Amino acid sequence: MTGRHQTLALLLFSVFVAVTLGITTWVSRKRRGSAEEFYAGGRLFSPMENGFAIAGDYMSAASFLGVTGLIALFGYDGLLYVVGFLVAWLVVLFLVAELVRNCGRFTLADVIAARMSERPVRIAAGTSSVTVSVLYLVAQMVGAGSLVALLLGRTSEAAQAWTVIGVGALMVIYVSLGGMRATTWIQIVKAVLLLSGTVALTVLVLLRFHGDVDRLLLTAADRSGHGQAFLAPGLKYGGSWSARLDFISLGMALVLGTAGLPHILSRFYTVPTAKAARRSAVWSIGLIGGFYLMTIVLGFGAAAVVGPDVVRASSASGNTAIPLLALDLGGGAGSTGGTVLFAVVAAVAFATILAVVAGITLASSASVAHDLYASLRRPHARQRSEVAVARTSAVGIGVVAIALGLLAKDMNVAFLVGLAFAVAASANLPALLYSLFWRGFTTRGAVWAVYGGLVPALGLVVLSPVVSGSPDSLFPGVDFQYFPLQNPGIVSIPLGFLAGWLGTVTSDEVPDEAKHAETEVRSLTGAGAV
Amino acid sequence: MQSSNGRHRDGGGGSESPAERHEDQGEYGTASREVRYEDPWYDALASGWGEVDGPGAPAPVPAARTERDAAAVRARDVYLEVQRSAAFQEVRSRYRRFVVPGFAVFFTWYVGYVVTATTVPGLMARPVAGAVNVGMVAGLGQFLTTFVLTWAYARHARLRRDRAALDLRWDTQELTRGARGGES
Repeated sequence: MTGRHQTLALLLFSVFVAVTLGITTWVSRKRRGSAEEFYAGGRLFSPMENGFAIAGDYMSAASFLGVTGLIALFGYDGLLYVVGFLVAWLVVLFLVAELVRNCGRFTLADVIAARMSERPVRIAAGTSSVTVSVLYLVAQMVGAGSLVALLLGRTSEAAQAWTVIGVGALMVIYVSLGGMRATTWIQIVKAVLLLSGTVALTVLVLLRFHGDVDRLLLTAADRSGHGQAFLAPGLKYGGSWSARLDFISLGMALVLGTAGLPHILSRFYTVPTAKAARRSAVWSIGLIGGFYLMTIVLGFGAAAVVGPDVVRASSASGNTAIPLLALDLGGGAGSTGGTVLFAVVAAVAFATILAVVAGITLASSASVAHDLYASLRRPHARQRSEVAVARTSAVGIGVVAIALGLLAKDMNVAFLVGLAFAVAASANLPALLYSLFWRGFTTRGAVWAVYGGLVPALGLVVLSPVVSGSPDSLFPGVDFQYFPLQNPGIVSIPLGFLAGWLGTVTSDEVPDEAKHAETEVRSLTGAGAV
Repeated sequence: MQSSNGRHRDGGGGSESPAERHEDQGEYGTASREVRYEDPWYDALASGWGEVDGPGAPAPVPAARTERDAAAVRARDVYLEVQRSAAFQEVRSRYRRFVVPGFAVFFTWYVGYVVTATTVPGLMARPVAGAVNVGMVAGLGQFLTTFVLTWAYARHARLRRDRAALDLRWDTQELTRGARGGES
């Protein structure tokens, strides 16, 4: 690591930060700060803009750094992740995007609470949304920390800590000053940067192997030391049955979780109609699918060009595979090409993290202000004050995310994201689907569905080997591990659905016929949509 | 769901006034017999309210309902009316006829892929051509089916739903405005 590439990378970082801060101030210049403006950016983005923004929101550091790292270290098992991330979009497109756009205003809870007794449902859905968002935020923070530590060439605690704090501060500034409009533009810029960077690296990898994918795969398999096994499933999730179940669990969480991620759902409110929401989902599926296809090439490319051993030596969880690949593709450490490419990739990854954290912070501050605060404090708070609460809560969420990001700094980013997906799939998705499609769903059902997914998901993680009982745990010294899987999805998702059903059939509440009619008619036609 | 109230609480749950229940059964009963859907939700409601014949005392109708002003009640009726209209039922059935099988197909295919990859890795490791094995083909197949289904859904929605949904949207909004306007 030479001083030159550090300087260049820091320069590119600064340019991106300056541009995004510019966007933020420009956007917040003459806005009066209505809730419509703050949460939904005025709802006038085009499907293409929103498609890029969704892609920018979704293609996180976990995909760019974490998943490529997993492919570089474990081969095919990393690819399984990628498939789940993409297929999940069919759930969003088929069941959620249009209907949510038609029924809701700002948050997930809007859709669920429309038919129910509002207060308990809002509190439940708001709580789970904030939980999902904070978990996802922590993943991004950890990614930022490990990236910058690598970039600065020292893995000192202080450098990582300051990065996490810096990212947290920036995201709070973007969100509280610029709201959804600034966040959207930052995400669009980031999506373009990330896709260009990925295309460039993919082309370079393919050029290195003269376009021969076969040789790329064989070289990767050779260097991995596992031979052909590297190209087949089983290296990470093979072996014991608990490891296999763990992956099935993760797969379920990935495919069902996306449709319950608050920051993804809130993106659909930024377009004027359900048709535009659908078209933005189609755009984003195209962009995200293309991106993930390229990350597969990059992951195997990192294994073939850099080698899993070097990657592992730099970062045990594989998060630094892509920057190392860029360094090598550009001509190696010390060369100008390597310096430039490394700096560009590091800056792109940094931009990725900033854009994603901005989106999540916005969604969670919307949940805090629009769902929790409005239900818990003043039922009829004026709009302006609600936006003020949202801006303030962005600061609070920033502080929490920074603190947890510092605590969790050694965990694999992709694992943390998998956990966020599991909670989203267990707590948010059952309530959302039931309220959209089940005529007899009741308030108690909604509340039970949320808590019945949220509590088991979090509880099982606390009892899992992630937290205690193994050398890699968060607290290796103690052992209260009773649940063998890292990802709780396979148990907690069915529990969420079951709890929703149970709550509904045991409640005395008569489901409101007319309100169900309203939800159904509105969701499919867009009548009365804001 | 009403029917599951009846079914699962076994007679304890006649929770709306008999007259209303009767009315509901008539309307929804007919509606659902006309169009059959494969999804569990719909099936359940097709089995109807009238089966609830238990002795249980009717639970109080939510108070909010009686407190509502007349205009709001009429606006609510608009949605019920639209929901029962043939045009809406057609849009809904088109949506469900695409989404339910589509979801079943991709979800089964995905779960099958993940379960096979984790439980029978040997099958996935079987070579196809060069370094490419069954697992690679299946993984890329997932990408391909995702793209194809996305295209098919967007096309289906554009050609088969959008127009009718838009008409319904305007009709509903007209009716709602009429109901509200009549009051003020």
